[in-house]
Amino acid sequence: MKVSAIITLKKDVLDPQGKVIHKTLDGMGFKDVNEVRQGKYFEIDVKENDPKKAQKIVEDMCNKLLANLVIENYKIIEIQ
Amino acid sequence: MKINEQIAIDHGLKKEEYKKICDLLKRVPNLTELGIFSAMWNEHCSYKSSRLHLKKLPTSGEKVIQGPGENAGVIDIEDGDAIVFKIESHNHPSFIEPYQGAATGVGGIMRDVFTMGARPIANLNSIHFGSSQNKKTKNLLRGVVHGIGGYGNCMGVPTIAGQTSFDSSYNGNILVNAMTLGLVKKNKIFYSKAAGLNKPVIYVGSKTGRDGIHGASMASASFDEKIEEKKPTVQVGDPFTEKLLLEACLELMAGDSIIAIQDMGAAGLTSSSIEMASKGNLGIELNLNKVPCRESKMTPYEIMLSESQERMLIVLENGKEDLAKKIFDKWDLDFAIIGKTTNTKNIELYYDERQVATIPINTLVENSPMYDRKWKKTKLPKKNLIKKEEFKKFKIKEVLGKILSNPNVCSKEWIWQQYDHTVMGDTIQKPGGDSGVVRVHGTDKAIAATVDSSAIYCWAHPLTGGKQVVCESWRNLISVGATPIAITNCLNFGSPEKEENMGEFVECVQGIGEACEYLKFPVVSGNVSFYNQTKEIGIKPTPSIGGVGLMKNYKQMITMDFKEINNLVLVIGKTEGHLDQSLFARNILNEKNGPPPEINLFNEKNNGESILQLIKNNLIKTAHDVSIGGIITAVSKMCIKGNKGIEFNKPKYFMNEIEYLFCEDQGRYVIEIDPKDLKKVISILDKNSVHFDELGKIIDKNMIINQKTKVTIDELKSYNTNWLKEYMN
Amino acid sequence: MKSAVITFPGSNCDRDMHVALNKFGFKNQMVWHNDNELPKSDLVVLPGGFSYGDYLRCGSMASKSKIMQSVINFAKSGGLVMGICNGFQILVESGLVPGVLLRNRYLEFICKNVFVKIDNKDNPYFKNLNKEVFEFHIAHNEGNYFCTNDQLKEIEDNNQVAIYYCNNNGKTEEKFNPNGSLKNIAGIFNKEKNVLGMMPHPERMIDKSLSGEDGSFFFKNLINNIR
Repeated sequence: MKVSAIITLKKDVLDPQGKVIHKTLDGMGFKDVNEVRQGKYFEIDVKENDPKKAQKIVEDMCNKLLANLVIENYKIIEIQ
Repeated sequence: MKINEQIAIDHGLKKEEYKKICDLLKRVPNLTELGIFSAMWNEHCSYKSSRLHLKKLPTSGEKVIQGPGENAGVIDIEDGDAIVFKIESHNHPSFIEPYQGAATGVGGIMRDVFTMGARPIANLNSIHFGSSQNKKTKNLLRGVVHGIGGYGNCMGVPTIAGQTSFDSSYNGNILVNAMTLGLVKKNKIFYSKAAGLNKPVIYVGSKTGRDGIHGASMASASFDEKIEEKKPTVQVGDPFTEKLLLEACLELMAGDSIIAIQDMGAAGLTSSSIEMASKGNLGIELNLNKVPCRESKMTPYEIMLSESQERMLIVLENGKEDLAKKIFDKWDLDFAIIGKTTNTKNIELYYDERQVATIPINTLVENSPMYDRKWKKTKLPKKNLIKKEEFKKFKIKEVLGKILSNPNVCSKEWIWQQYDHTVMGDTIQKPGGDSGVVRVHGTDKAIAATVDSSAIYCWAHPLTGGKQVVCESWRNLISVGATPIAITNCLNFGSPEKEENMGEFVECVQGIGEACEYLKFPVVSGNVSFYNQTKEIGIKPTPSIGGVGLMKNYKQMITMDFKEINNLVLVIGKTEGHLDQSLFARNILNEKNGPPPEINLFNEKNNGESILQLIKNNLIKTAHDVSIGGIITAVSKMCIKGNKGIEFNKPKYFMNEIEYLFCEDQGRYVIEIDPKDLKKVISILDKNSVHFDELGKIIDKNMIINQKTKVTIDELKSYNTNWLKEYMN
Repeated sequence: MKSAVITFPGSNCDRDMHVALNKFGFKNQMVWHNDNELPKSDLVVLPGGFSYGDYLRCGSMASKSKIMQSVINFAKSGGLVMGICNGFQILVESGLVPGVLLRNRYLEFICKNVFVKIDNKDNPYFKNLNKEVFEFHIAHNEGNYFCTNDQLKEIEDNNQVAIYYCNNNGKTEEKFNPNGSLKNIAGIFNKEKNVLGMMPHPERMIDKSLSGEDGSFFFKNLINNIR
């Protein structure tokens, strides 16, 4: 199964990149932006065919490696 | 919320301390006030366990412009120039999140330096990890190195030297100590003492978020099983914003708008505002609604205790607000007038037009607790008797291979190649030498800096160890041809509430003090980090000493790579064969007891000054001090760096060859001289009553130790350079 | 000869470049990223550093700053524009030279001396250089040059590769490649060869007390070519 996960900084954690991207967009004339937060996106193809189990495996990966839970959260957004 | 004793204890305060707060205030504090007290009274900000002992350190001298008590120390380097420098720990945050912990440590120390008006010109670091066998070590090392590089490289400040060690006592508590040097004109130094009434208090830099709330309390609590719960307090560093903050501050400092300036480090807005007011004997009033916040609905408690990075607090001259704002706007940084100085001698906080806290400043600073903790003296251990026959089973070449590839001796190139060490175009001695050296931009002068620690010696006998680290720092400066001026110290110890750990602290400080006094090498800044332990076990006592020296003519700088075939190699200082606590004793003989090598301050000073005299007379081609691993380790490194060999003379000494080569007697240097200068060199050494041995002469490609033992330079290189690279890949 | 060095927020080799240019006879002027107009110059330099913190992609946000429009116009009219390290990344992001700069192969920042080969001398930068192998200094995290096969063919057909990583004898083998760059490419020209992007920092090697002196050859030759 293909499992997609996104990893984002936790709500209260400073996102220096998002902040600077926001300012640059503003400078380029995109004036409607309230906030930019940057994250990471993973597509992981696992051998498991049961969606629930596949999700569990990728969650485990997020917990142990992909996300730094000190400052980041993850979310499984798609399983197919 | 009604405050009670339990809430105070949850804030890391002791019962008695809570009682003292209530007595001083003559009432029960509210939550914001309690937060402020807990931040100001914790070990990190109040130095409550260490103050009594730190007072004994020598902190003045003819070159000292500013000793401890400011953001950083300042020394005079003549011609109207001064160097601002300090070392600081970021141990606990780095263990929790190595990248951000180390990065914000580097960011914090750079802010301490540029707060005083100095442009940072060099970074150094002293990092200590658990045993290489420990499964956490590799990730921690990688994270810390990436963090230090990530921040320092982005700031465009070269990282010119450092120290890395591995010891199982750091398994659950690594050490990350970062040091920065900055250059400033003597008449443009800025201090944190506020002056004058109704002066605007300005907030600049990044916005305030919920980062690291209670970080300063975290730094004062030892790790236990609940470590996971402490995670959300880790701060994220933004070196880009700090670079802008640096440029903006220096631009504002070029004029005469600033009365006082202080960076928001540990305990953020709380400690910065209180320190400025306290030094100026003033009050301060802040309107917390004016503080630029990143998150909505931040409470006064959170705003006061946030440890968001890259922020500064400034007391400005009246009427300079617009000029200052323009500069910070140009650099795209937040700027807000958040309060003013007052004559109340209180800190008064307002939020939503209500007073949310009012505390007399003297209760937070002068009346903060000070403890004379119980401590235990360490006896000098008995010397081990090693039988001569024992040495027979060792082959010198095998032992040398083990010593050179020992994690604490091997080349740290893998680390420092990840630090930009050449930006700013003035680095004339890169990492890997005895000291890093940078030129004073646009002059003939250069500044040498080194950071050292010897936890093993300090653990075996803290008093001797304390002296030894200072001497090692002194030697490292002398070896590159610099005159030592002053030091900064970062004192990393276990819990002050344990008599053994407190004893280690007291006696190390005493040793540091004695050596500094004798060598006229005062302490101008520093920091104490206690509670470095996991569960009940403290780390080995690890004072890190950052030494700084001056070279009037950078063209006289000395390096440690052997230069020319047929030149002579001398050992300066007497070799007595002290093996206890040496790398050889501990790692080859597996003998962990015994006293560290003795320190003779007279010899130390005399030998060092004689080396400087030889350098001034252009008689030394190469120099390197002898430290762990003894003479042969020192010489091996000189061979590797210079890609030259050495043929040892037939020994004239009365001891076993192994003792001679691997012992760690102090106060020694290896130097290379031109044979035609031998007479002149001997005459200077004799006149100064300095002992020396003629060790051998430089040859091509081989180290010939005796008739039976020959090692090629390539072998030496592979012993020394492979371990760390292979370990990390 | 007049030169201009652009300072972006986060640039940190701007001063070093200023010092180097002045040392070898340029009259250099610093230009702020938010200015609209370039001063009259014979050479424009985008310096190294971490413009905008290297956030998003290195050089991406600097390439959108106000002054870049003037720099692009200046380059299009044949003016000499040189980007060093982060400046190279900005050139790539603004499309003045082809390709991209990826993270170094081993995902680590590298600061060290390397050897480079310069044998492409039919251009205003390297014309008259009397040697081919130089010892230069690199300090970067994203210097791993990459482009598509079609681009590579075009680059090679037009003789646009400016500098290769090599050993001290000028051998450009893979094992002398510090960062994984395609074909050991360390620097590249635009088609017209008036725009040069390179990862090494010649400005850090202008004095024998520093990492070396090979940067001096480069600057001396450059100003003589422009004169």
